[in-house]
Amino acid sequence: MNHSARITARTCRDAPVLRQRGQREVFCGLTGIIWLHRKMQDAFFLVVGSRTCAHLLQSAAGVMIFAEPRFGTAILEEGDLAGMADAHDELDREVARLLDRRPDIRQLFLVGSCPSEVIKLDLARAAERLTQVYAPRVRVLNYSGSGIETTFTQGEDACLASMVPALPASDMRELLLVGALPEVVEDQAISLLGKMGVGPIRVLPAPRSAEMPGVGPNTVFACLQPFLGTTVAALQNRGARMIRAPFPFGEEGTTLWLKAIANEFSVDDATFERVTVAPRTRARTAITNASAVLRGKSIFFMPDSQLEIPLTRFLVRECGMEAIEIGQPYIHKGLVDPDLDLIPAGPVISEGQDVDLQLDRIRAVRPDLTVCGLGLANPLEAEGLTTKWAIELVFTPVHFYEQAGDLAGLFSRPLRRRDLLKPEAAGPFPETHAVAR
Amino acid sequence: MKLTVWTYEGPPHVGAMRVATGMKGLHYVLHAPQGDTYADLLFTMIERRDHRPPVTYTTFEGRDLGEDTAGIFKKTCQGAYDRFRPQALIVGASCTAELIQDDPGGLAGAMDIPVPVVALELPSYQRKEIFGTDETFYQLVRHLAQPMKKTPEVTANLIGPLALGFRHRDDIQEVKGLLCEMGISINVVAPFDATPKDLTMLGQGHINILMYPEHAEAAARHMERTLGIPYTKTVPIGVGATHDFIAEVAGICGVVPKADLSRLRQPWWAKSVDSTYLTGKRVFLFGDATHVRTAARIARDEMGFDVVGLGCYNREFARSIRTLGKEFGIEALITDDYLDVEKAIEEAAPEMILGTQMERHIGKRLGIPCAVISAPVHVQDFPARYAPQMGWEGANVIFDTWVHPLVMGLEEHLLTMFREDFEFHDAAGPSHHGTPAPKPVGVAPAPVRAIGAVMVWRADAETELKKIPFFARGKARRNTEKFAANQGLQEVSIDTLYEARAHYAR
Repeated sequence: MNHSARITARTCRDAPVLRQRGQREVFCGLTGIIWLHRKMQDAFFLVVGSRTCAHLLQSAAGVMIFAEPRFGTAILEEGDLAGMADAHDELDREVARLLDRRPDIRQLFLVGSCPSEVIKLDLARAAERLTQVYAPRVRVLNYSGSGIETTFTQGEDACLASMVPALPASDMRELLLVGALPEVVEDQAISLLGKMGVGPIRVLPAPRSAEMPGVGPNTVFACLQPFLGTTVAALQNRGARMIRAPFPFGEEGTTLWLKAIANEFSVDDATFERVTVAPRTRARTAITNASAVLRGKSIFFMPDSQLEIPLTRFLVRECGMEAIEIGQPYIHKGLVDPDLDLIPAGPVISEGQDVDLQLDRIRAVRPDLTVCGLGLANPLEAEGLTTKWAIELVFTPVHFYEQAGDLAGLFSRPLRRRDLLKPEAAGPFPETHAVAR
Repeated sequence: MKLTVWTYEGPPHVGAMRVATGMKGLHYVLHAPQGDTYADLLFTMIERRDHRPPVTYTTFEGRDLGEDTAGIFKKTCQGAYDRFRPQALIVGASCTAELIQDDPGGLAGAMDIPVPVVALELPSYQRKEIFGTDETFYQLVRHLAQPMKKTPEVTANLIGPLALGFRHRDDIQEVKGLLCEMGISINVVAPFDATPKDLTMLGQGHINILMYPEHAEAAARHMERTLGIPYTKTVPIGVGATHDFIAEVAGICGVVPKADLSRLRQPWWAKSVDSTYLTGKRVFLFGDATHVRTAARIARDEMGFDVVGLGCYNREFARSIRTLGKEFGIEALITDDYLDVEKAIEEAAPEMILGTQMERHIGKRLGIPCAVISAPVHVQDFPARYAPQMGWEGANVIFDTWVHPLVMGLEEHLLTMFREDFEFHDAAGPSHHGTPAPKPVGVAPAPVRAIGAVMVWRADAETELKKIPFFARGKARRNTEKFAANQGLQEVSIDTLYEARAHYAR
């Protein structure tokens, strides 16, 4: 292994951060339920909130989910706002009804929302009370996915962090992989590490509550996602130790991530090379093919998924793109520093958002590709810009070697599509193809 | 507290957004926490709008709560006015902001904003989206419309169409055409594409065409009271309703009722012999009250269907839909609980569902074909082509849309005759659809307990039942059990099956 992560030129680690406060065009943390409820197959997510919460979940998820969801919203009504004691009784009643209808449920998450927090409905107390009622069949946990506390992927962080105190104690030396990934990707990671002799390997969250990992001072863990700051702190509180590395996006990220774990488990270089050489080569080939149209193109990230920094690292270093601005809802330096270290200085690093000012910057520079939320994509396309929806990055398997080409493909597809469509070929009046609605 | 899986309606501030986004030159300043901006995607993704909804959110966070959220609102409000220079502002709060009681209306009113500022009071914990549309449009009309001299020629206002509506864009065209035939021109269409300035001109119209009572009834009543403008009560969806509509408009305006039927094909399409197989198809209707009411009439009188269930999710119209149910000899289902609707459909075992996006989910789960007749709808229900529901072309479109999910007439016969064919069998689904129909889940295996008692099917009867094609099996099972229960039987044999069939023969 002769891969060097040392960078001599200036990097983004110490770049100044542009902080603006205005309208933030981001999802709240409730959105994480859309993938978490699929990942944890015996869990139910009960949002205690308003009709807006229910509407958000269905609007953000409705595009994708047609099966009976393992989530729902206990909608607060006028009466619940008046008397807090009543609200707890009401919640108990709804939980009883739910668990009666879904006897397969083993974990119930009471998920706090903006209204439940503003009226200070104590869901921690409710979770304790309900655990006593339903243990051992069902464990009841709580976390907040509210917009006043969390943005988008932070919901997953809050959820996983809420699980950590309830994990059994363990003195085993185990590797814990943290973050909810699609099975196909998780299996690849476990298989690669297994071939190096790293193990035992556990995952958080596990697909079923009975398989939840133990944690203790001999646990070492590696994050699969860059938005898990609270979970990291919770695991560290239990004595576990984090393996720091860039995130496993692209060939380079995956290699550095695996290498950091391999070093922790004293895997020799020859073994590491033997296990990784084939998939690394495949990944490079795939990236080369998929990134052809990305080379030399500029990219602008609006704040959304928190994947912006590691993805910029991948796009700049492996796909030859030029980053103009890397926006994030918030920056968790402790997690993304290894990635920032690898991005040459140049792009604006921004945290938080004033969406109108940010759109002004986009219109001024007109990037080749803008990564943004669903609310902004079509309006920007109508202005002649090319966009990529950030939410797709969270719903698509994009980690590790075998997905590296797909990851590049997610960014190249909008550009290829722009080149494919020739609306002016349809008629002799190119100036008339104004966007219809 | 009420557990909800899917909702038919969003919160009332989404209704206000639908009005604002439908209009031009209006801006909505919404006091709301971070995350409520999700609502933008309803318009930009589902409706494919090419511009952001004209909404600025305060997006306050937890750390702001102990501080000056009212200050954030004022700053946002001023910033939105300076940036977008609208002709008028509407201001209000989402559910969370309602709890912190900053009073956006009062705050904005005290600011020096040189255009009309309309404050919205939308109680998020009591009301829903449709209330939000109706109330917002009413408040705008109340603040902006003035009594004025009528236009010299007979003109109409089209009121009710807005953003995210089911086929509103095309219904406007169609209704304009109907009025044009009678020599009536258009004064204002609102909220759709109207500016606040246009709303000030509403008073010169002679008649209000209340296209969607859900969204504009309060405004219509207000204008009748204060501006002396009568409004129409008939919604022209379906052939019969369109004829009635023309007569109503002609009566109000004192013009000769005229109709150009040259493009109307629906009556012949329904009468032609290929459509015989539609006779007595058992349909279940669910949606908003207006679309269910019109669909029920079309289903019975213009398609020859048998309406076996109907209902609406907007309680504001519960009474009128209950009355409609009585007229059809069924008890109307008034609920916004998706699971109740699913249960009612499962029990009614219809051959087709005419519903919303939600019923499409239900139909998929139960293996029952579904056509969409009402909001809430999804991206595929905002077609690129012209596809109105109202007027003559609307009648044509509805015929096509409702027939499309069904197995075609001749195919139905062939399936009945050659049901054992290994390629051409009922599980393959309608042949003009690319993918096989989903296997019915829950319907066939679970005995339908129509009368409350459990009916036991003997094995040979169960086998015989399976020989009935899938699109008729639900009806046969239900009828047989009903027949058996009426006969005081606890068990279904082959004979019971055929006796029931004879009993219900049409």
